[in-house]
Amino acid sequence: MRDFYGVTLDSPLMLGTAQYPSPAVMEAAFRASGASVATVSLRRETGGGQAFWQMIKGLGVHVLPNTAGCYSAREAITTARMAREVFETNWIKLEVIGHADTLQPDPFGTLEAAEILTAEGFEVFPYMTEDQVLAQRLVDAGCRVLMPWGSPIGSGLGLNNRYGLKTLRAAFPDIPMVVDAGLGLPSHAADAMEMGFDAVLLNTAVAQAGDPAAMAEAFGLAARAGVLAAKADPMAPRDMAVPSTPVIGKAWL
Amino acid sequence: MADVTIIGAGVAGLWAAYALSKRGITPRLIDRVGAPAAHGCSWWAGGMLAPFCEGATSEPAVIAHGQRAASDWAEVTQVQHKGSLVVTLARDRAEMDRFARRTEGHSRVTGDALSALEPDLAHPAGQPGREALYFETEAHLTPRRALADLQAALAERGIVIEQAELHHDDIQGQIIDCRGMAAAPHLPGLRGVRGEMVMLRTSEVTLSRPVRLLHPRHPLYIVPRGDGVFMLGATQIESEQRGPITARALLELLSAAYALHPAFAEAEVIETGADLRPAFADHVPRVVQQGRVLHLNGLFRHGYLMAPALAHQAAYFLDTGTKGDLFHAD
Repeated sequence: MRDFYGVTLDSPLMLGTAQYPSPAVMEAAFRASGASVATVSLRRETGGGQAFWQMIKGLGVHVLPNTAGCYSAREAITTARMAREVFETNWIKLEVIGHADTLQPDPFGTLEAAEILTAEGFEVFPYMTEDQVLAQRLVDAGCRVLMPWGSPIGSGLGLNNRYGLKTLRAAFPDIPMVVDAGLGLPSHAADAMEMGFDAVLLNTAVAQAGDPAAMAEAFGLAARAGVLAAKADPMAPRDMAVPSTPVIGKAWL
Repeated sequence: MADVTIIGAGVAGLWAAYALSKRGITPRLIDRVGAPAAHGCSWWAGGMLAPFCEGATSEPAVIAHGQRAASDWAEVTQVQHKGSLVVTLARDRAEMDRFARRTEGHSRVTGDALSALEPDLAHPAGQPGREALYFETEAHLTPRRALADLQAALAERGIVIEQAELHHDDIQGQIIDCRGMAAAPHLPGLRGVRGEMVMLRTSEVTLSRPVRLLHPRHPLYIVPRGDGVFMLGATQIESEQRGPITARALLELLSAAYALHPAFAEAEVIETGADLRPAFADHVPRVVQQGRVLHLNGLFRHGYLMAPALAHQAAYFLDTGTKGDLFHAD
């Protein structure tokens, strides 16, 4: 596993902590999945979520606070500073939303916030589209991890632009990358890992499943399967059928 | 002097007193403020007795015990046995299929059948005819009236709420602690989950039963209180901050209500409220025994649904020594 700002993760699965039927179900999902990172949103819990935050800390995994629900760089920066105090980590998943319906990230606000937060010593995980130019700007701003979306948050559509994601992966071979948002099925996670991404982050697909723990386990297995496959140097697709046993010597009529 | 003292006269404390009284035990019932009012989260409840709908996200214990709630409440207050409806906006149909898969006790209603139940909901303007899930056996009540009726039933049995603020050490004998969040220092793992609600009044919408709007971002329920009054609820936020409803919560609740029926736009906002729901990690209410103290707590969003069952188990234990399934080893 590649390292994320100096931290090597045991599992390529990162799980969100919102929308579970109860904290007990959330904990069961984390245990079943083997997820190595928990993301947590601070914005709506401003000042009063200590009991819930203790539960997240009690999961015993790395905590990646996020700025979910922020619509401007300024809001995101304020939230990030608060998150650093609450969770005693420099990690921040930077989310600056640009469009209320698609929840598409705002590339300009994201870049602006990333520059400021990096200067303040934050280790920024920017949520972004698969845009390569934006990726370069974020790397220039000091981001050492990128988080391109699979598809809109909570949509469950999977990898919406495989070409774009592949190109992005190839363009920044040395930057750890997490496919974040839009994954609906374990096969989407396996797909992302097979493409050479370093981790996947999801929430809704597990939290809103009828059996979150079972779905979490499925995602954990799929992500690991994808890692194994990527390392095993997959064959390239061919147009022509190639028999796996030689045909010479067989009787053909 | 009474052998049993109940602290906290919210829905749990009142029910504990009533259940004990039915077993021939007359407890002392104290509350730091007195009669039920805005200081307790019972005041802000929706009053839906909807075990099957709750089952979409609740543990089996809530569904099982919740099914008795309507008949228990009917002993002391008026219960509306009119079922409940679950609807979606046109673009979120998939949410209804999912809800239907994860719940029981419902049937699908459309067209004339839905019109017969709720004429105002059947034909949303500019949309194709609506489809709903009808949970025929569910019920609802009016929480503040139910609390007053329960209080009156207790008075008939010689139990009145005494205004006093006492600690466990100030009290002799058996204690039943029903103080909700105020008991959190005794109950590790109990947390507050913030909820916010709005009351509207309009004569332009008529509903006879609770309606839940499934929405991927802003789920909502509307409970008719009669006389054109509707309760809109409720946000569910991992925060222990009290304080008034936020602008954002108000926007979300009102937008969802407006999307359900545009006439809500002209309604008067007559009240807003916010409070904390005491909850354990699994969101199942518990009886927790600590020496001579029985805690009835963690009713989460199931106060009216689960208080009777929790109270009956506590009373049964004090009477017979037998613990029910809602007892939790501390």
